[in-house]
Amino acid sequence: MTDPGGVSIVVRTVSRIMIPFIQLFGIYTIAHGETSAGGGFQGGVILGTSIILLSIVFGLKEADRRMPRELLTAFMCVGLLIYSGIGVLDLLSGGRYLEYSSLPLPLPPHEISALSILGVEIGIGITVMAVIILLFFCLAGERDA
Amino acid sequence: MIYPLDLLLLLFLVVCALMAVKLRDLLDSIIVLAGYSLIMALTWVEMNAPDVALTEAAVGAGVTTFLFIAALSKTVRREKR
Repeated sequence: MTDPGGVSIVVRTVSRIMIPFIQLFGIYTIAHGETSAGGGFQGGVILGTSIILLSIVFGLKEADRRMPRELLTAFMCVGLLIYSGIGVLDLLSGGRYLEYSSLPLPLPPHEISALSILGVEIGIGITVMAVIILLFFCLAGERDA
Repeated sequence: MIYPLDLLLLLFLVVCALMAVKLRDLLDSIIVLAGYSLIMALTWVEMNAPDVALTEAAVGAGVTTFLFIAALSKTVRREKR
């Protein structure tokens, strides 16, 4: 029982159920990066893998409709801006680049540091996700010359 | 650290690496490389490096397999003798 694309209904149903959980695990990996194993890079790769699975099972057109290339390019730049923006904020508040404790927030220093690391991890995760998906789209999407 | 387990994993690693080089069918090579990454991730966990293990499992077994298969679909599957 296959559709014209050749992917069976079992594969389609299982990936439709699994993709949200894969993305949830990726976000968990990013959010818990500073206290346990994981971090921005690993979580970003897991998030990107879920979209790659979507594009394998449901086709490149569907994946491109849900995650257009312009959006991915924007994600790439936004993640980089978050990362470097936190570093520049530290510079502006009188510390060194990425010296988190110099931020003038009404919190104890280790909590400022934890919050800033979370922000940096989120930036890394967004950039890595966008780059992984774009790599796959560019490699699989181009027609052979 | 459990030394017999370490030795077993490293033996599997060497076998997988040799098979990936020696196999004539490139799709088989890619699948064996994914297995290599899985065993490598187990070895990292064994050596108390779960962070590296997570990276190895996500990048080595996941993304590079997709990328290799996407690259293989642009070329021929069997190596010439």
